[in-house]
Amino acid sequence: MVKKVLQSILMPLIAIFISMIVGGIVILITAKQNPIYAYMALFSGAYGNLMNFATTLTNAIPLIITGLGVAIAFSSGLFNIGAEGQFWIGAIVATYLGYQIKGLPWFLHIPLIIICAMIAGALWGGLVPGLAKVYTGAHEVITTMMMSYIAIYFSHYLLEGGPMMDKGTIPQSPVIQNSAKLSTLVPNTQLSSGLYIAILAVVVVYILMYKTTIGYELRAVGFNIKAAKYAGMNVAQKLVLAMGLSGAFAGLAGAVQIMGVQHRLYDSFTSGYGYTAIVVALLANNNPIGVVIAALFLAGLSTGAQEMQMQTNISGQLADVVVGLIIFFIAIEELYRIVMEKIKTRKTKLQPVGGQE
Amino acid sequence: MNILSIFTNPYLWASTIAMSVPLALPAIGGTFSERSGVVNISMEGIMLISAFVSVAFSAYFHNAWLGLLAGVISGILVAYVFAWAAAKMYANQIVLGMAFNIFASGITAYLFNAIYGPEGTPFDTPKLPDVRIPVIDRIPVIGQILSGQNVMVYIMFVLIILSQWFLFYTTIGLRLRAVGENPEAAETAGIDVVKMKYLGVILGGAFSALGGAYLSIGVLNSFSPEMSSGRGYIALAAMIFGKWTPVGSFLASLLFGFATALSYTLQESSISKNIIMMLPYVVTILALIGIGGKSVAPAADGIPYRPKK
Repeated sequence: MVKKVLQSILMPLIAIFISMIVGGIVILITAKQNPIYAYMALFSGAYGNLMNFATTLTNAIPLIITGLGVAIAFSSGLFNIGAEGQFWIGAIVATYLGYQIKGLPWFLHIPLIIICAMIAGALWGGLVPGLAKVYTGAHEVITTMMMSYIAIYFSHYLLEGGPMMDKGTIPQSPVIQNSAKLSTLVPNTQLSSGLYIAILAVVVVYILMYKTTIGYELRAVGFNIKAAKYAGMNVAQKLVLAMGLSGAFAGLAGAVQIMGVQHRLYDSFTSGYGYTAIVVALLANNNPIGVVIAALFLAGLSTGAQEMQMQTNISGQLADVVVGLIIFFIAIEELYRIVMEKIKTRKTKLQPVGGQE
Repeated sequence: MNILSIFTNPYLWASTIAMSVPLALPAIGGTFSERSGVVNISMEGIMLISAFVSVAFSAYFHNAWLGLLAGVISGILVAYVFAWAAAKMYANQIVLGMAFNIFASGITAYLFNAIYGPEGTPFDTPKLPDVRIPVIDRIPVIGQILSGQNVMVYIMFVLIILSQWFLFYTTIGLRLRAVGENPEAAETAGIDVVKMKYLGVILGGAFSALGGAYLSIGVLNSFSPEMSSGRGYIALAAMIFGKWTPVGSFLASLLFGFATALSYTLQESSISKNIIMMLPYVVTILALIGIGGKSVAPAADGIPYRPKK
């Protein structure tokens, strides 16, 4: 058990280590600066003091919630790469209900928004891609990606002179009612009680995936779809359910981002959280606890990169370079197996020679 | 504004063709890749890298053709790494594609800032020439649409025909397709499966790189971060809508190009350009779920294959 846990942590750690070295070489060549100094600036910028850590946590919240959703799909063998669009849909619904409904107390307004945003995300991410997959075999990678683009253009339509545009010339929605805003946890930061929602989501997904029959069946379908069919599971239903749950969490993340941080919708409100969430699920190996660690790491990387840019003049885009490399080095896991085998055979080859002497 | 007058305006059709180039080229590239059984969603990233390398070389040597060459070489190199990871390391191709796209968007933005700073690429960077075609030039309307386009437009037309011929009328093309349909059978027949996958992915990289170079030194003479703005993904949709054939990919790209051109032309009218931009994606989903003829992927597409020997 311990060995298994260590193995699942080791791979991402090796990948992160190699990527940091390659990133360091890029810094050395292009910026002619000490990479260690740059990485220290990055680290302190991400976790160094309460303010910075609060910012990292703020960025981690949407990554955790969306990452959980992507991980559910991954566990069931489905590639939901349209989380960005589902995130938008959740945000659109949350914003609309947030400014349109007036006079509700917060303890009714916020749950109402959460439920509606989750349903909307589930329909967007689950219904079309899930049903298309089950009934026509249309690959979910393409359908979720297409649905994602449709969602993004739809939101631009709503904002740029459309029905959700606020008065004035800037393409943005009105601000949501106070009763729809999540309270701030750390003064002078954007960290909101959305953090509690994220923690709750982790617990719910952990129980759902590892302690319930549905979770067991979802994972069984992902592990071996044919065996699951033989065992009498309704595979089609499970696939649609997995996509729906996946979309529901992305939708929830969009709603939490609106209620906790942005309070209104505008063109560039997401910073690509839906795409980064895929990396989160990947790094986490679909484990809910791993999702938290991976989200904190990736959020720290992007928060810290901005601090590094200010202190060292090294452009913050280096964070993306490192993230890309990390995924690459995780994807080529075969290489580690080959290297390990080479080392093993060398050892066994050496032994008989030693014995003869 | 009279809606009908928009459609009789030759400018709309000329820009439809121009807009289809950075979609059709990577879409055809993706066709090669997927026909060999490798799903390559890194077209987006390869376009971006090539767009940057093209501009950098074009500015440095003051020669757009050298820029184009360097861009294509960069695309081939990146595709080579992709092919190695996909065919030799049996990596998950979707994960791999994501890694390449994130890396590409990071490294191009990073190098752009490191080399050119806030001023951006030099103003006097040469771009690929526009070409006037002697006879067609004189024909009204048709001349306005087909003549005077960037040289890449004409290169694209040649490449479409060559690609279709290569894929469906040559032995190598047949082998490439066999590997994507049934690698076991192909291997039994003596085809080197891994080599064919390398060929498919590298051709894909070269074509995507042409598309990327067109963005930075064909349409413009400058680079900006994220300038591919999702065209690699649209190309993927065009490839599927075009049923994994070069000519089909081009026709589908024309549809997407038309939607883009129309959305620009309609900016003044009451119809939102964002609604029009949505249409090609809706059409792609409809095509995928089988409305208007089913689009079927090569049978072994995206499945890593371990050679038996």
